[in-house]
Amino acid sequence: MSTWTDMGAAGDIEQEDVVGVEIGGRAYAIYRSLDDVYYATDGLCTHQQVRLCEGLVMGHIIECPKHNGRFDYTTGEGRGVPIRENLRTYPAKVVDGRVLVDLG
Amino acid sequence: MSQPRDYSMTGDDGRAAVARGLADAQWYQTPVARKRLKELMQRSDGPAIRDTVLWLGLMVAFATAAIALWPSWWCVPFFAAYGVLYGSASDSRWHEAGHGTAFKTRWMNTAVYQIACFMIVRNPTTWRWSHTRHHSDTIIVGRDPEIVGMRPPKLGSIALYFFGVFDLPRGLRTMVRHALGRISADEASYTPESEHRKVFRDARIWTVLYIAIVAACVVRDSWLPALLVGLPRMYGAWHHVLTGLTQHCGLDEDVTDHRLNSRTVYMNPVSRFIYWNMNYHLEHHMYPLVPFHHLRELHDEIKHDLPPAIPSIAAAYRQFVPVMFAQRTDPSVCIHPQLPAPRLADGTLGA
Ligand code: FES
Repeated sequence: MSTWTDMGAAGDIEQEDVVGVEIGGRAYAIYRSLDDVYYATDGLCTHQQVRLCEGLVMGHIIECPKHNGRFDYTTGEGRGVPIRENLRTYPAKVVDGRVLVDLG
Repeated sequence: MSQPRDYSMTGDDGRAAVARGLADAQWYQTPVARKRLKELMQRSDGPAIRDTVLWLGLMVAFATAAIALWPSWWCVPFFAAYGVLYGSASDSRWHEAGHGTAFKTRWMNTAVYQIACFMIVRNPTTWRWSHTRHHSDTIIVGRDPEIVGMRPPKLGSIALYFFGVFDLPRGLRTMVRHALGRISADEASYTPESEHRKVFRDARIWTVLYIAIVAACVVRDSWLPALLVGLPRMYGAWHHVLTGLTQHCGLDEDVTDHRLNSRTVYMNPVSRFIYWNMNYHLEHHMYPLVPFHHLRELHDEIKHDLPPAIPSIAAAYRQFVPVMFAQRTDPSVCIHPQLPAPRLADGTLGA
């Protein structure tokens, strides 16, 4: 069953950037790609639970601020050491200027 | 006088660090506005390509001159310069390319990383993982495998590091052990098993290369091949030790604030080229995503919240050498840098 949750204003995220949102004590990361598509993943790196929203977005890659581990945020796939576990992704869409994420 | 500590990765101090919450802990960070931080984190290929062309180009030039002048004494200054580029600049290239921040283009980082690892005789896989741990648990005893200034310090051994006396033989011994398919308990504590195959593969390739160098020396009845590949890790090591010791020596252990265990030292441009700006070491630890060519700007951005930078390499040695001498009899002695008063949100100083 989908549960679309309002994660904030779409305009608050710059292109090729990420913001962190906390819902019910759980961290999420919301991304806006260069071509204006929005994506959502878990907010903590699978390596050592560091907040990905402080990392660097390059194309479809989010690089973790702690050990430079990389994920493709569109699929959650880890891209090389020290990442050994993929990142969970969530469907995201923009409705009336708000980013909605299906937290399932 | 305090008990000597166990710096191994499998000992009591490591277990105590985990129990005390010092492993994978939350570290202090000086706040930087996201917009500015994004600017500072931006990658570009230009500065690293320029420096790499210069680095490798100078090595070729110095090596050509040294070979041409061999075996006269006139070759010595050229070998000396070549050696520093081989045995010292490879340390910072290993470091920066290992973080993946030196170049924007991924394969360039990988290529320079592999070349630098070979020169500095550090297995590309185990050292990547050891450095990951160094960033998680910087100078946490029993967790950080890259602590140089262990207390009480063995000053004689540290002095010999300047000539690679231990590092090259140790690197070669480790290479042979890896080539035989063996990994130490310390290495296994931070290198996942799935990576071991890569460790052994690279070690075997390197072993063949080093055997080829020795064979070339024997066949030609000359030290020249080894002076070009391998031995520069000894006779050119002094600069990376000179700069590397300034990073953490004499500062505190088991603290989760890089301002208390890392040091920023202003250096001359030649040393900064060889060291690829790692003199901004505190800044690098606080924000490892910032590439070497933006560290000076990061320093300007956050220096209000850091202990004053040390004005020169000599000043850094004047600060930590006496402390290390004192640590020989009392290992609890260390430097406690003066932290600036915290600023309030409106920019004024807090109480
Ligand atoms: S915490 Fe993200 S790469 Fe280590």
